Amino acid sequence: MTGAEIIWECLERLGVEHVFGYPGGAILPTYDALTKSRVHHVLVRHEQGATHMADGYARASGRVGVALATSGPGATNMVTGIATAMMDSSPIVCITGQVGSTVLGSDAFQEVDITGITLPITKHNYIVTRADEVAASLREAFHIAASDRPGPVLVDITKDAQLGSCEFDWDAAEPRDHREVPDFFPSAARLAEAAAVINESKRPVILAGHGIILSGAEEEVRRFAETADIPVALTLLGLGAFPASHPLNLGMMGMHGEAWVNQAIQESDLLIALGMRFDDRVTGKLNTYAQKAKKIHIEIDRAEIDKNVHVDVPLIGDLREILGRLLPAVRPARHSEWWSQVHSSQQDSAVRDIQNLPDNGHLYAAHVINDLWRETHGDAVIVTDVGQHQMWEAQYYHHEKPRSLITSGGLGTMGFALPAAIGAKFARPEAEVWVVAGDGGFQMTMPELATIVQEKLNVKIAIINNGYLGMVRQWQEFFYEGRYAGTPLLSPDYVKLAEAYGIPGLMVTQRSQVVPALHTSRFHAGPALIDFRVEQEDSVYPMVPAGADLHAMIRRPTPLVERPTDE
Amino acid sequence: MSERERPHAFVVYVENKPGVLNRIASLFRRRGYNIESLTVGHTERSNVSRMTIVSSIGDGAAHRVEANIYKLVNVLSVEDVTQATTISRSLALVKVAAPEESRHRLMEIVRVFRARVVDLAPRSLIIEITGAEDKIHALVDVLRPFGILEMVRTGQVVMRRGAQERAEIRSPKPAEENPRRAEQKAGAEPRGANALVEADRPAGSV
Repeated sequence: MTGAEIIWECLERLGVEHVFGYPGGAILPTYDALTKSRVHHVLVRHEQGATHMADGYARASGRVGVALATSGPGATNMVTGIATAMMDSSPIVCITGQVGSTVLGSDAFQEVDITGITLPITKHNYIVTRADEVAASLREAFHIAASDRPGPVLVDITKDAQLGSCEFDWDAAEPRDHREVPDFFPSAARLAEAAAVINESKRPVILAGHGIILSGAEEEVRRFAETADIPVALTLLGLGAFPASHPLNLGMMGMHGEAWVNQAIQESDLLIALGMRFDDRVTGKLNTYAQKAKKIHIEIDRAEIDKNVHVDVPLIGDLREILGRLLPAVRPARHSEWWSQVHSSQQDSAVRDIQNLPDNGHLYAAHVINDLWRETHGDAVIVTDVGQHQMWEAQYYHHEKPRSLITSGGLGTMGFALPAAIGAKFARPEAEVWVVAGDGGFQMTMPELATIVQEKLNVKIAIINNGYLGMVRQWQEFFYEGRYAGTPLLSPDYVKLAEAYGIPGLMVTQRSQVVPALHTSRFHAGPALIDFRVEQEDSVYPMVPAGADLHAMIRRPTPLVERPTDE
Repeated sequence: MSERERPHAFVVYVENKPGVLNRIASLFRRRGYNIESLTVGHTERSNVSRMTIVSSIGDGAAHRVEANIYKLVNVLSVEDVTQATTISRSLALVKVAAPEESRHRLMEIVRVFRARVVDLAPRSLIIEITGAEDKIHALVDVLRPFGILEMVRTGQVVMRRGAQERAEIRSPKPAEENPRRAEQKAGAEPRGANALVEADRPAGSV
């Protein structure tokens, strides 16, 4: 078989159904062999889109997503998507064509050192120069992408490796763990120590992160929290790991978390961090972060221990397995005093909540999100972009199930939503998939609308259009005395744009139109787009300014400051 | 986070593949840590290379670097041997100006330092010295007044003293029976997992 044929044979055997890609010179032999393969190829409009689609596919399904591109610019266009997947531990495999091995390093046409470029943003990468290395590299790439802490792996395959022939031996290509693996799994004594700390705690808080979803530990986390009666705060990527409606759920923590959630963290005597990494958006100023709390950190990546926050009891390994071991030693408890303290700090939060304000004719993004939640009964897969709408989504769409929110957390990649939603829809064709994007991020990758149409995908799109790069504008308002440099943003007529692609579009300017528009779009048999013209200078509250104490939050002014409507 | 910095020596076993050095060096580079010396060479096992990397960083930073090096796929093992009992050696070749009148004194110095003269030319000689860093420093200081024409130094190579080869081959403390490993009755001797986890955290890190 040729190297190109081996690529597809391996992908099929690895269970790959869809590959998101864009052809070009150095990957042509592989595209030629595609004609004989059962794998479905999705033609993207830009290679960045291919990587986000693979990423969205992986996040929606837990399986490895695959992106394919040619050498040179095809490969460099993947960089943002690879970095996004790296920061959010998403298992994707990117296959790039490369110039022939004999001209490597000669600045040949469309040659770029993509393994060098992606070295710090991949979990691992390969350059394959011979057909007989293809199978082993791909099998190992899939294994590495999905195992331990998942992440992106790039396999760069020279044109001669694709064209060359060799015996195909699937079994011989099995990945071997050649390491002398020191097992970091916690000892019985370490687990007992953790249980003792938990049992003694009077004011515990669970910090629930993405690792719960990656490990499939939702059930263990729920049993653990219920047994020991511990409030659960979630990270952005942890949303869905613990049901929003569960009485122990506090909500999201961090920069745009509810004030009482952060207050609870600051006053706790024990933080139990589950598959999260104490990101700066979650901790605020480290010197004042949860000073009174001991920390237990359950984490598969040893390099995360003590990285930002000193941990008293680190437990390294798969979360589900560790919680399984830990649970029998955790004593049932009731923390009624602690709960009343937590509840008392909610104070006037409900009054300040934008949901409880009377309809004053303005359309607020929070209303749109909340109505979307109600209309979809919280069952949709929401894929967000990055910015204000992302935070409103996190605050006002209440996620009950894992993998129901797909969002770029660590890298904060604008333009993520539309392509990632395409990947998510391929992963879960039965699910109702909604893009929630701002007018800024949407314009970054909107050519992928054509991909939706070409693939006949039923993806719904909500554009939260405020005419600004809203989150940046908010920072300018709060921290740069309202000098709006570079943030006012012109948009095309999205309804006409959608129509140009053959997608029905609606524009919504009033709160009363939100539900009917959502209804119309939801029951349309194909893709649909809604342009929500929301309040232009609304801000996301509450907010911990970057680097400030976690408990020092900027709250939504009450009563809401009125601004003249443009109507 | 300001930590007191001191030289940390890492012993890293890696697969002998292209790009491995780059991957490891990159971990130091992106954090702004300077590598003071780095040696790479073959080992007793084919296709396995051994690196000794010395970098002046804080204990917490060293701990994080070590954990990150271990994550690299081509890395077989890594150990920060700074606090272990080790033998450390490097080698230097020093070309010194050696006119007739100073040659005798240079020979005397070479004898005292147990160095060797490996080249003798009409106006210069090359001295080879092997030893711990401070011994080499001392010789260089003594030679400097004679006029050092050229000098080359290898980085340090470090090896633990005694019979144990690596940290991983320590046996676990009996009281610290690993629950998961205890169930896996088949297979090889546990590789001292617990000993490593316990030793894993630098005392009094941030």
